[in-house]
Amino acid sequence: MLGGLNTRVMMEYLPEIWQGFLATLFLSTASFVGAMALGVLACALTIQPLRWLRAPAVVYVDVIRATPLLAQLYFLYFGLPRLGVVLPEMLIGIIVLSLNSGAYMAEIIRSGILSIPRGQVEAGMSTGLGYMQRMRLIVLPQALRTTVSPLIGQAIVLVKDSSLLSLISVVELTRAGQRIAIDRFMPVEGLVATALGYLVLYYLLKSAAGAWQARNSIPGRG
Amino acid sequence: MIWFYLERIFGYWPVLLKGMGMTIGLSLLSLVIGVVIGFGFGIIRAGGNRWLSRVLGLYIDFFRATPFLVQVFIAYFILPVLGIELSAFAAGVVALSNMAACFIGEIVAAGLKAVPTGQREAAIASGMTRAQQMHLVVMPQAVRIITPSLVGQFVLLIKDSSVVSAIGLLDLTRSGWLIVQSVPNGLLVFGIVGIGYFLICYPLIHLSRRLERRSQTAFL
Repeated sequence: MLGGLNTRVMMEYLPEIWQGFLATLFLSTASFVGAMALGVLACALTIQPLRWLRAPAVVYVDVIRATPLLAQLYFLYFGLPRLGVVLPEMLIGIIVLSLNSGAYMAEIIRSGILSIPRGQVEAGMSTGLGYMQRMRLIVLPQALRTTVSPLIGQAIVLVKDSSLLSLISVVELTRAGQRIAIDRFMPVEGLVATALGYLVLYYLLKSAAGAWQARNSIPGRG
Repeated sequence: MIWFYLERIFGYWPVLLKGMGMTIGLSLLSLVIGVVIGFGFGIIRAGGNRWLSRVLGLYIDFFRATPFLVQVFIAYFILPVLGIELSAFAAGVVALSNMAACFIGEIVAAGLKAVPTGQREAAIASGMTRAQQMHLVVMPQAVRIITPSLVGQFVLLIKDSSVVSAIGLLDLTRSGWLIVQSVPNGLLVFGIVGIGYFLICYPLIHLSRRLERRSQTAFL
């Protein structure tokens, strides 16, 4: 099936594929940082008791989760110039990816915190710890153990989602592969190179999640 | 001013309606195919044959590792090279149901493994055939465990269907993209497109949460 693959052309375009690979890596990393900040903020707002602070965070998470990333991307890509804000495509891409993943991360962190048994918090209270102390010393360290794997899972999603930025002409891995298709009419070579790039990132992140799981799981509790 | 744009956008309502219909039709069709194949995948993945399971695992990993956009391009540009000519719609259905099958397969396999082994042993002890064990004892319990994640997967499927607009299928996202070319107000146009998706997905997200809460109490 892949016997007719033109590896010479693939080698010729290797520098561009490599550039695309680095761009995907950069976009995903930058968006991961942004999403993490948004996720922590949104999560903190949803678990605190004040209703008027909680409402906007809940709306943010629900709206993001109920609409596709591509529609969100076009919303800002075609919408921002309307408001007089002209940003480079790459920056719009990072903003949209951060906003999108931030909502999912808020949910991940929230379920990590809620998975801590109530008795832990009560034990903290009875030893006279304040709210922040309980969070910092008891809840968050334990929540971290169950949260890291799904967060890495979200990073995998982020890497894959960044491919949509090629549709607003950001040059990354998918776009770089398309160059081979467009310049040389060789879509197969381009897509194979692209897919290989994503596979590398996927297996790196997957094994990182596995390693974390192996080191930090509690015997008998998973 | 905003009314002027709204009026112009709603002048395009046939396009929006057509896009909405395509999004729903495409998602439903892919959902049915994806569930059928996905359950097959899941049974193989959780089943006894080690090698079959491993080979299928590699296949599934490939489609979990690559972006859906790349998979759509594979269905649309690589399959013809292998002699399978597909229309844009068929390519969309193939890509979408294949990806759904891969994700559902892993969910089903995890569900099957979560059923206690004592259940299967009891079924064997009462003289059931392998098909009966699966059909009457293991699968019904697994389905209960995985239903919330399955509904969550449907939501992902509907949202991912927006990506097929990249090969020119006129779905809801594509209809927004067409309208924004002549009505230059992206916030309004894609706000309306977003409301369309929200109306479909939000009830499903709620359903998934409710099912999850119910199954948690059921197992306590």
